[in-house]
Amino acid sequence: MARKVRVLIAKPGLDGHDRGAKVVANALKDAGMEIIYTGLHQTPEMIAESAVQEDVDIVGLSILSGAHMTMFPRIMELMKEKGAEHILIFGGGIIPAEDMDKLEEIGVARIFGPGTDTGDIVTFIRERFPEE
Amino acid sequence: MAERPGIERLLELFAEGKVAAAARLITILENGGEDAERVLDSVFHKTGDAYRIGFTGPPGAGKSSLLNRLTGRFREKDHRIGIIAVDPTSPFTGGAFLGDRIRMQAHSEDPEVFVRSLASRGSLGGISNCTDEVIDLMDAFGKDMVLIETVGVGQSELEIAEKAHTVVVVLVPESGDGIQAMKAGLMEIGDVFVMNKADHEDAESAAREIQDTLRLKDIPAGEWEPRVILTSAREDTGIGELVEAIEEHRRYLEAGGHFAGIRRKILRSRVRNALMDRMERRLRQSAGVRDLLEQRMESVYKGEISPYKVVRELEELVSIQ
Ligand SMILES: Nc1nc2c(ncn2[C@@H]2O[C@H](COP(=O)(O)OP(=O)(O)OP(=O)(O)O)[C@@H](O)[C@H]2O)c(=O)[nH]1
Ligand SMILES: [Mg+2]
Repeated sequence: MARKVRVLIAKPGLDGHDRGAKVVANALKDAGMEIIYTGLHQTPEMIAESAVQEDVDIVGLSILSGAHMTMFPRIMELMKEKGAEHILIFGGGIIPAEDMDKLEEIGVARIFGPGTDTGDIVTFIRERFPEE
Repeated sequence: MAERPGIERLLELFAEGKVAAAARLITILENGGEDAERVLDSVFHKTGDAYRIGFTGPPGAGKSSLLNRLTGRFREKDHRIGIIAVDPTSPFTGGAFLGDRIRMQAHSEDPEVFVRSLASRGSLGGISNCTDEVIDLMDAFGKDMVLIETVGVGQSELEIAEKAHTVVVVLVPESGDGIQAMKAGLMEIGDVFVMNKADHEDAESAAREIQDTLRLKDIPAGEWEPRVILTSAREDTGIGELVEAIEEHRRYLEAGGHFAGIRRKILRSRVRNALMDRMERRLRQSAGVRDLLEQRMESVYKGEISPYKVVRELEELVSIQ
């Protein structure tokens, strides 16, 4: 059995809905990936622990509120503490351009703005994790 | 990207109790092949102690929500919990949406609760082919209770019955589950029947219906009589009773000396399945078999020899004592 790309999709924060996250999850599923979906109201601790237990290749966060500048670094730090610094992380949502650069600088693999074609996200993940 | 540890190193980290290493080893088991066998060879001696509880039932019955509640109760009793939640792989795309964690959030920060979502992958039923191996790994990792959730479709409920000590069938009042359950053979495999969503009106009568059906079964004296429990995972009612029923079934198995028998049965079926897989793969890969088939099929097409003649010739070729 060949390996499968495993992706964790989560929606951190207390507000909002998870429609966008679900659309992305479904597109990735249709592209043949295994999606672990954890839903709304996720704390950084929950996201990091789930990502580690599920041994995902990459974590995708749907961000609406302004907490992105603390959320991404915190999750990355927690994953590192748990011995899983290899897990990549990406995000989608409304994030100011200057923050995007900063996030990519600290190692966030990619930020997708609103209205991104889900096909672009599929391509982005496929390029990083070609299935044998 | 950082250098990833190899299997030897992963096994060391696993022995130290590192979750990330255990999770990585599960992936290796899922992917199969030589690496998976190496992992199993080295952890197998540490398995055999975990109590396995299977949960099955129709989609949306509340299995994950119940596991979430039950895990809370079992943690109060200091059990270390492994949870395996299996969801189907799409036969068309090979992808899977694994959503059971949504309802299992209460313990997502508890390091003694290890949840792993599995896609059924190559298996046709609702259960992954590597479920046994993942149970082994959690067992060897020190989890003394392994809870397995599978959707009751295809043959999965029968397969779960082959892997678990206690089988819990989760039903809901709506959608005439009573009748469906009987058809699907769920009634045969349940040690405990849960009528969940007891906050709905019809739950009590639906539970009585299940109870009546069970009464029709001829259960010899001294054998286990399946329990029927009303629960609401939403309102957290009936969960204590469910724990009690599961523990009662466990005591019944222990008192009757059934444990060793179950373990032997599980292991025999695993050896058989693994052997069949291996033999099939070797047959498919054998150049000798392929050549002989190619040579002789023409004669079969022409009606000169029967299919069985070819099979006999193949059998001679691969001769097993
Ligand atoms: N009213 C009510 N709703 C419940 C109860 N238990 C679960 N639910 C709801 O039923 C839905 C399905 O619950 P899950 O726990 O995901 O059910 P499941 O059997 O694990 O579902 P699958 O894994 O998709 O087969 C969710 O919306 C739950 O909130 C209950 O006791 N009462
Ligand atoms: Mg579920």
